[in-house]
Amino acid sequence: MPQRRVTVGSSVGLHARPATILCTAASKQPVPVTIGREDGPAVDARSIVMVMSLRIKGGETVILQTEDAAGEAALDELARIVDSELDSVA
Amino acid sequence: MTSQVVTGLGVSPGVVVGPVARLILRPELPPDDVELDPDEAYRQTSAALGAVAAELAAQARTAGAEAADILSAHVMILSDPVLAERIRGYLEEGHSRRSALDAAFGEFKDALAAGGDYFAERIADLEDLQYRVAAELLGVASGPLALPDRCILLARDLGPAEVLGLDPAAILAFVTEEGGRSSHTAIVARSLGLPAVVACHGACAIESGTTVLVDGRSGSVIVDPSQQDIDRSMAAEQARNAGLAAVRGPGRTRDGRSVELLVNIDTSYAAGAAADSEGVGLFRTEMLYLDRQTAPGRSEQQSHYEEVFAAFQGRKVVVRTLDAGADKPLPFIDAELELNPALGVRGIRVAARRPELLADQLAAIAAAARRCSAEVWVMAPMVSTVSEVRSFAASARGFGLNTVGVMAEVPALALRAGRVLQECDFISIGTNDLAQYTFAADRMLTALTELVDPWQPALLELMRITAEAGKLAAKPVGICGEAASDPLLAAVFVGLGVNSLSMSPISLSEVRASLASYTEQDCRHFAEVALQAESAVAARQLVQELAGRPQGSTSGSTGLPV
Repeated sequence: MPQRRVTVGSSVGLHARPATILCTAASKQPVPVTIGREDGPAVDARSIVMVMSLRIKGGETVILQTEDAAGEAALDELARIVDSELDSVA
Repeated sequence: MTSQVVTGLGVSPGVVVGPVARLILRPELPPDDVELDPDEAYRQTSAALGAVAAELAAQARTAGAEAADILSAHVMILSDPVLAERIRGYLEEGHSRRSALDAAFGEFKDALAAGGDYFAERIADLEDLQYRVAAELLGVASGPLALPDRCILLARDLGPAEVLGLDPAAILAFVTEEGGRSSHTAIVARSLGLPAVVACHGACAIESGTTVLVDGRSGSVIVDPSQQDIDRSMAAEQARNAGLAAVRGPGRTRDGRSVELLVNIDTSYAAGAAADSEGVGLFRTEMLYLDRQTAPGRSEQQSHYEEVFAAFQGRKVVVRTLDAGADKPLPFIDAELELNPALGVRGIRVAARRPELLADQLAAIAAAARRCSAEVWVMAPMVSTVSEVRSFAASARGFGLNTVGVMAEVPALALRAGRVLQECDFISIGTNDLAQYTFAADRMLTALTELVDPWQPALLELMRITAEAGKLAAKPVGICGEAASDPLLAAVFVGLGVNSLSMSPISLSEVRASLASYTEQDCRHFAEVALQAESAVAARQLVQELAGRPQGSTSGSTGLPV
């Protein structure tokens, strides 16, 4: 099962604005991707409520995972987003 | 033919005539949908989710930055594919639309509840979103944006969520079936300068589109008023306003005792700046921090404070430092879940945990003050002990702020006011919270309204103690709760020895006129009588009789001697 281990780059963690960016990108992927802590439940990365409820803080490590063997590109794209500082206000 | 009249509590003065628009705040879908098959039910629900999302997205485009963030999150929630999947699942199991929405949104609420107290606010958002979707399915107005222009807004009650997004230019007046003197409707109406009548039993029976006359002073709502009704009410209101306008300038009693009259403001300060006042007695700063992921930085705060101070050139501005925490959770204040937020880590108590929040704010206030001609004072909320006062004063003075005070909201502080004034320069009494803590009564609960009535003799006693301490120390004690806007109670406060009164701008004229009609001795007499009364109701009645007003009127006449 393809997966990526990523450190969350957003200083405020994954809620509101950063979660919105991640979930929007996840919704555009051709395969379903889950996100969660290493020792915790994995939730659908398209769901903003599920992602926010994990209350993931900046600097934490998360696992992005997909069941689809062809999902590597999707994982790369989402890993890149999770890794970056999403909270800079435009 | 006499017109039908329904009466409530007039909480914001003014007379208007216009069509009623009923706001159905909690629209309910039918409990079962016998006629609908799951596919059709899903199609409708999905369309409703999309329509509400589109409406919110449109609002987000013209909203300020912070509101836009929240609205965008709401759009995402409504577009959440997992939400849609869960709804479809429940519908296919045979649930009605109502039951499917309850169940699916319920799952999400549970997920958020597990996330901690920042997310508790999003649970309220989810409930609001669920109502909007139901309203969309029912084809009714569930929110302020669906209201016609220039209407009289009629609702069971109005809370912060319903008021958000109201365009003041489109509303003529507010009428609610429930509520009280200090309910949200009253506060909003007063700050917008619009007439309002609350606790108006029978109001909700009035149909949308009906023409009514609303008198926010007397509390009457006349259904289908005759031209005579209209002429009479308008003339009385005009005479009253003329009487009030005749008294201008700094506040004083009839025999010349000064009472500083000030305004309460937050981020919307235009009405406050334009009003005839001696400055700002309470500048609430929370609005800068709400709906943000991170606290505003020093320079952002500084430019905001400069903007406000510039509007009060040459006048006094008393800034209250951030009053948030347990009762008003902010995502960047890491709070534990508290069962009694009103009694929790809030106001100045947050500074122990996050000293940089206070430091940043004080630095910004000081920097802004140096660049303006307004006389800037600063005070801290929820202070309970003398050592907190000492510590706050040291911080503020360290940043160059020379006039530092504290709010008296906690009874312990009022009881030690003398010692407190050895450490700072002034005290400002927050009547709402002081009443709440003195009577151990939640100020939001309608059932306990009488306990948090500012006419309560025990509360007046605490205020007397505080004012006495001010006199002994020759330092000012003011009132910044909305209680100061009651023209007769204002006279009682002067009688207790208070030096300044701060209120919403709309209340200034009446309070000024009221004080101008009594001598200082009159005011002292009112205070004595109120202090010795058996109850809040008795205190009000006795003082009303003394002052020569008819009993039962909430704001009464101009107070000019008969």
